[in-house]
Amino acid sequence: MTQSHRIDGGLIDRTKTLRFTFDGIPYQGHPGDTLASALLANGVRLMGRSFKYHRPRGPISAGSEEPNALVELRTGARQEPNTRATVAELFDGLEANSQNRWPSLRFDAMGINDKLSAFFAAGFYYKTFMWPKSFWEKLYEPIIRRAAGLGSVTREEDPDAYDKGFLHCDLLVIGAGPAGLMAALTAGRAGKRVILADEDFRMGGRLNAETLAVGDASGADWAAAVLAELAAMPNLRLMTRTTVIGAFDHGIYGAVERVSDHLPTPAKGKPRQILWRIYAGKAILSGGATERPIAFENNDRPGIMLAGALRAYANRWGVKVGERVAVFTNNDDGIRTALDLRAKGVDVVAVIDSRPVGDLLPGIRHLHGAEVIDTSGKLGLKTITVRQSNGATETIAVDALGVSGGWNPNVNIHSHHRSRPVYDAGIAAFVPGPEGPPGLLVAGAAAGQMSTHAALKTGRDAAIAALDLGTAPDLPQAEDAPVRISPLWFVHHGKGRAWIDQQNDVTVKDVKLAKQENFTSVEHLKRYTTLGMATDQGKTGNVIGLAIMAELTGRSIPETGTTIYRPPYTPVAMGALAGRSRGKEFKPFRLTPSHHWAKEQGAIFVEVGNWLRTQWVPKQGETEWRQSVDREVLATRKSVGICDVTTLGKIDVQGTDAGAFLDRVYANTFSTLPVGKCRYGLMLREDGIVFDDGTTARMGEHEYVMTTTTANAVTVFRHLEFCRQCLWPEMDVQLISTTEAWAQFSVAGPNARKLLEKVVDQDISDAAFPYMGAGNITVCGGLRARLFRISFSGELAYEIAVPTRYGDALLREMLARGAEFDPVVYGTESLGVMRVEKGHVAGGELNGQSTALNMGLGKMVSKKKDSIGMVLSQREGLTDENGYRLVGVKPVDPNGKLTAGSHFLEKGAAPVAANDGGWLTSKVYSPHLGHDIALGYLKGGDKKIGQRMRAVNLLAGLDTEVEIISPHMFDPEGVRLRG
Amino acid sequence: MASLQPLTALGKREATAVTHGPLTITERTDVALASVAARKGRMADLSAAAQKAGVPLPGPATHQAGIPYSAFWVAPEMWFVEAPHATHELIADLLKSALGDAASITEQTDAWVAFDLAATDLAPLLERLCNVDFPAVPNGYATRTVMEHLGVYLVKHGPGAARLYGPRSSAESLLHALETAAHSAF
Repeated sequence: MTQSHRIDGGLIDRTKTLRFTFDGIPYQGHPGDTLASALLANGVRLMGRSFKYHRPRGPISAGSEEPNALVELRTGARQEPNTRATVAELFDGLEANSQNRWPSLRFDAMGINDKLSAFFAAGFYYKTFMWPKSFWEKLYEPIIRRAAGLGSVTREEDPDAYDKGFLHCDLLVIGAGPAGLMAALTAGRAGKRVILADEDFRMGGRLNAETLAVGDASGADWAAAVLAELAAMPNLRLMTRTTVIGAFDHGIYGAVERVSDHLPTPAKGKPRQILWRIYAGKAILSGGATERPIAFENNDRPGIMLAGALRAYANRWGVKVGERVAVFTNNDDGIRTALDLRAKGVDVVAVIDSRPVGDLLPGIRHLHGAEVIDTSGKLGLKTITVRQSNGATETIAVDALGVSGGWNPNVNIHSHHRSRPVYDAGIAAFVPGPEGPPGLLVAGAAAGQMSTHAALKTGRDAAIAALDLGTAPDLPQAEDAPVRISPLWFVHHGKGRAWIDQQNDVTVKDVKLAKQENFTSVEHLKRYTTLGMATDQGKTGNVIGLAIMAELTGRSIPETGTTIYRPPYTPVAMGALAGRSRGKEFKPFRLTPSHHWAKEQGAIFVEVGNWLRTQWVPKQGETEWRQSVDREVLATRKSVGICDVTTLGKIDVQGTDAGAFLDRVYANTFSTLPVGKCRYGLMLREDGIVFDDGTTARMGEHEYVMTTTTANAVTVFRHLEFCRQCLWPEMDVQLISTTEAWAQFSVAGPNARKLLEKVVDQDISDAAFPYMGAGNITVCGGLRARLFRISFSGELAYEIAVPTRYGDALLREMLARGAEFDPVVYGTESLGVMRVEKGHVAGGELNGQSTALNMGLGKMVSKKKDSIGMVLSQREGLTDENGYRLVGVKPVDPNGKLTAGSHFLEKGAAPVAANDGGWLTSKVYSPHLGHDIALGYLKGGDKKIGQRMRAVNLLAGLDTEVEIISPHMFDPEGVRLRG
Repeated sequence: MASLQPLTALGKREATAVTHGPLTITERTDVALASVAARKGRMADLSAAAQKAGVPLPGPATHQAGIPYSAFWVAPEMWFVEAPHATHELIADLLKSALGDAASITEQTDAWVAFDLAATDLAPLLERLCNVDFPAVPNGYATRTVMEHLGVYLVKHGPGAARLYGPRSSAESLLHALETAAHSAF
């Protein structure tokens, strides 16, 4: 078949031929075609099946409002369902398939639904699948999902990339029809920064689909000339294939640019689409209007189309949809279609004009006061039945019917801030209300200005008003015909189904049923019947539906009102919303200074926030993680181990009030800390719960270095800034994060000092650098460094810091110079083992629910001074003598297994919440003790040391007899610590 | 000086330079950086000391170049001061000597990775990365913004010249984001 329905003219490039397939059948089209125009050019009207009844359907529109012609584009991982054939730009090699049919589009077994339609009226699901309740999930829902629905997804990963971006302009013009072009020209010539965005791949809007002249040229030629001028302006950005999807707060608009959808695959490195956030000083909505059909029996057959679309296919794409065409209209725009088609040589057999009187078209059979009451043709229109003004009926053979029920201004964007459009009886349509998004003006048909002249004028005037311009271009001559319409929403005839919302198979009957069952509010009507849902969001059906409801209820259309308009204006691919944040690029990584060394060693990494931390470093022959961790722990406690602790938050706190500031944010006191010393600090939230912990060192009279946990590095900094800026702005305190500036390593074990002496230039003997000492030193012959004698492992330990760029080198130097001590590098697992052995709290205990008292650190909360959380930590509920206390736990049988999350139960107690004594917060295997150990919160735990209980985890199937012990399970006297 | 061999933020011995089309991304390892924050009520003292020492303290959202010190505003009464690393590695100590106790000074050199971006026009790249209106802001504009979830400082030196300071630990992720955007834009 070679484009049997192609006629002369159109804005297509006939010098080039594009090959494509639909349901496996090869066809040809031209650049400038959409999939729909190309299929229609090849005589293909049937493009899909309807949602519920699986009725055969063809396109009714030539734009993004299309409810019917939804297809799957492409194959394999790039297959995309629910794509509107009316906006899918044709490219060579395009593969398209129909959807929601089986086994084929022409014969769809699910078409049986159409025969059973009496059972599938609105509310069918709600009434039918109520019982038994248990059937819903396993039976009803799967069946419904299979029977209904749209296209299918491949379940393969989307191979394309999507970008996000940000644009700024003085004026955003949404829609490049006559109003938008005139607005952009006005603002552009005034030197303003303008973005002109249009969803089409060819700007010009309806000018490309009409034969009307603008000035001395055709509308399309005038548009092309204006676009050429705009394209040459450096202050103007033309964005074709770009749909403005929503108006958001503060003059921000969302837009999706389809960069590569018109190509077989995106060029290398290029995204498929870009989701733009446009910051616009002002914006003009010039998005035109959408024609609406008239509901009559069997008005959904392929070949029945909006009259304006029929005209557009002929004028823009050189396509006649049928050989014998009729037009059914209630307004003059339908007449325009008849005239244009006749001018193109199409046989216009009748114009069925519902208006009772009016001029007669010369040379065309023009029936006034007539209505189409029925149609025939299973897979495509064959005849229409017309009821004439005298009541006589007549069947006319046609294969295409253009229907025009009037035009609805595209008010969506203007209504995204919940502004309700208002009804304009003059054009029988809703126009933008008085209160839209601030800074957004409306022009052209979107504002209900339906003539070309009015569009040009309002576009220009909107730009002048928006930008307060003094000069403006002259307006070219253009038609200024008035809207002459006599509203007709649906044809009163018979008992058959007349479609309102073709995408959701909502009929006039469904609206009547909704009214009968008292769902008369438009919002209820929508939810009860599904009117206006799914991919087209009711662009062609909503207004008819609410007008019919108005008629049925005896209310006016303004009283009935519209539903709320919400973004996005047209469907947006999930990938565009995700942008680059997917897979391994979901978030950025943070690498520690020792990362490259660790990678060389084959270290295993663990994600801690964005950080990749070394979890353990396996040696040759170690096949299981415990082997590596046990070795690291034993080696550290035997000699010396090194751990990268750069990830801990570091905050530089300076100022003459630094000490006083810390006294207020920490529960314990820091103003008395001598210079050159550090101290463990506990930070509470306002409600008295522990927020964070860490050591803070006093490096100078007015200079402290605070450390935080890795997890809370940012939140603590933010908290401190809040305290500084908002709570106590009178204090002389300056803060800055230095987390990344310093590479910091913990060096722990009996030989820690001996190893450090190999690299540190100063005396760090116990006398010169005692326990909890801190200070500036140099290493390896003069490099500035910091040393803190602190321990998280219970060993003689230090933390040494150098500027980050030297971190890798320092680690290698320590390992090389200290080789005689057989140092080991340990990861977070070993860190965890050693801290649990010592009873130090970490993430499992700092759980946002626990107090210092719970942790056995109650005495750290100083009552001698005020601090954040101090007062509320004394609340009755938090100071219960029998409240949770941190305890150590070991299995009575050394082979007994523990797991974090197990609950404490007395022996013989049933495992129910009422008997719950607390829970295990952290569990490790201690290679020194030779069995599992754990920390836990136990009610009255401090009085239960030595008692036996059970640690029960029903999920893990564990019920282990345990002994409650001190949390200090290794070297409780701290002999090793003070080395 | 110390025997330790530094690594760049990208884990290499030498600074990385990447070219894609008209864009060159150059890692700058030769910049020393320190924060300078006025002590409470000491702004006048700080201004006087800074002027004497040749340390510019520009107004909000501004970078001011100088020799050897350049600086950009980061917060009320707070600046980041740049200087050549070769001569000013101990920038914090040098500034403390120059500015005395009127300011709190903290070394920031290795807290950041610095990338210089150069192209005829950087707007197509930066509009895919951050919400700064790069073409509209003047040369010498300095701001904090976000690129691919990372907080960065962006300093505009010209329509085709900018410096970016990003968190050092995420240097690889930031460079990846820059390169990805470059392939998309150019």
